[in-house]
Amino acid sequence: MSLAKRIIPCLDVDNGRVVKGVKFVDIRDAGDPVEIARRYDREGADELTFLDITATHDDRDTLVHVVEQVASEVFIPLTVGGGIRTLDDIRRMLNAGADKVGINSAAVANPDFVGQAARRFGSQCIVVALDAKKVSAPGAPDRWEIFTHGGRKVTGIDALAWARQMVDYGAGEILLTSMDRDGTRAGFDLALTRAISAAVPVPVIASGGVGNLEHLAQGVLEGKADAVLAASIFHFAEYSIQQAKEYMASRGIEVRLS
Amino acid sequence: MSSVAVIDYGMGNLHSIAKALQHADSSSDVRIVSDPETILQADRVVFPGVGAIGDCMQALNSTGLGAVIKIVAAEKPLLGICLGMQALLTDSEENSGTSCLNIIPGHVRHFPPDLQDAAGNRLKIPHMGWNQVRQHRHPLWKNIKPDSRFYFVHSYYAVPDSASVIAATSDYPDAFACALAWENIFAVQFHPEKSQTAGLQLLKNFLQWDGRV
Repeated sequence: MSLAKRIIPCLDVDNGRVVKGVKFVDIRDAGDPVEIARRYDREGADELTFLDITATHDDRDTLVHVVEQVASEVFIPLTVGGGIRTLDDIRRMLNAGADKVGINSAAVANPDFVGQAARRFGSQCIVVALDAKKVSAPGAPDRWEIFTHGGRKVTGIDALAWARQMVDYGAGEILLTSMDRDGTRAGFDLALTRAISAAVPVPVIASGGVGNLEHLAQGVLEGKADAVLAASIFHFAEYSIQQAKEYMASRGIEVRLS
Repeated sequence: MSSVAVIDYGMGNLHSIAKALQHADSSSDVRIVSDPETILQADRVVFPGVGAIGDCMQALNSTGLGAVIKIVAAEKPLLGICLGMQALLTDSEENSGTSCLNIIPGHVRHFPPDLQDAAGNRLKIPHMGWNQVRQHRHPLWKNIKPDSRFYFVHSYYAVPDSASVIAATSDYPDAFACALAWENIFAVQFHPEKSQTAGLQLLKNFLQWDGRV
C-alpha cells in the first residue's frame, strides 16, 4: 500500500497536431492529440502533459479546444505548458479542463509570477518547468544552468538554486528537462535529476532523453524522480504505457496497474 | 431526473467535476451553482475545492454558502472533495489555524516534514499521485475493487475525533483517513473526477445513493 510512481506521456502540440522534435528541431508528425490522449488513457497513463510549441499566439486557441475535448472524456490529471505568461492564460487553461499549468520562460522573466499564480490558483496547479543544461567542465563538480526559449536562451541561473527558489514562490511540482538529453534517447541526466530531487521538498518529474523502458526505471531508481515523462517512445507505439508499467514493476517500482 | 448541484464559491475549477459527474451518469442534471436556493432544491450536492483553507472559509462565510452546506449536510446526500472534505471538520492547522464548518468533529493536520518510505526514500509533500485506498464498508464503494488507486494532491489530511467516521484509509507512510462517512455525508481527500474508472464509479454510486448507510 503506497504511492505509485507516475508515468506521464507528453504530447508536444504544434498548431493542433502532436509532433516530436529532436532537440527541438526536425519535427515529426505523430497525429491527432485527442486520439492520442484517448489511447494513453486506455493504456493506463497516470497523467497527460500537453506542451504547446506553437510559435504564434493566435494559434494557441487550437490547444484550448484540444484540452476541452480531452477533458470531457479523459478523467486523469491534465497539465498544459508552453506560452503560459499571464494569470489570464492560466485561467483559460484551467477553465478548458486543465488541472495544472507548466510555467517556464515567464518564471525566469518574473519569478513573482509563480507566486501570484500560486496565490490565485493554488500551488497544486502550478508546475514550474525547468530546462537545464550542464555547464561545468569535464572533471569539475557538476553544475547545471537554466535555459529558456526551447533551450536557445542562456540565463546564467544555477538550476538547483532556481528549483529551490521556485518552490519558495509556490511551485507545487517541478518538471525537469535535461536539454543535453532531450530528444537524444540516451536516457535521463540522472545526476541532474537526483540533485534537483534532493534539493526540493515537492515532487519532481524527470524528462528528456528516454529511449527505452530501462531509462524510465533509472529515472526513479537512480534519479529519485517521483514521476517520469516521455514522448517519442510512446507516440510511435514502440512501447505502450502498459508495457512501461509492467517493466517498472518488474524492477521493483510501485506503479498503478489496472 | 436526479439533480446534482456542484457548489461554486470561487475556489477552483469546477468544470472537471461537472464533466465527470455528467460522464458517470448521463441521466443526471448536473449544475454548477452559487445560488443558495438552487443548492437547497437539488437532490444531492457536491462540495469541491482546491487551494488554501483560509481563502475557502472566507469565501464560504462571505457568500453565506457555509450555512447552506450545514443545512444540506443535515438532510441530503453530500459529497465533499479534497478541500471540501477538510472544510467539513472542526478546524485546520493551515493558514495559522482556521476554523472550519464543524460538521464532522475533528482536525486537519499538515504531513510532517522529512517523511520516508520503508526503503528510506524521501516522501515528497504534497502527497501527489495515485495511492491505494483501503475501503471500509459503505455503499459508495460498490463495484470498486478493494485497494483501488485514486488520484491525490494535498499537504494536509483529516484526523476525525471518532474513528467510526473513517470510510477509507491510505498510507503515506502511516495510515491516514482519506474518506469520511457520516449518515448522508461522504467526503474524500482524493479527486474522484481525476481517478479514471474507479473515480467515475464512485461518482456514479454517489449519484444513485439514497443517503443511507
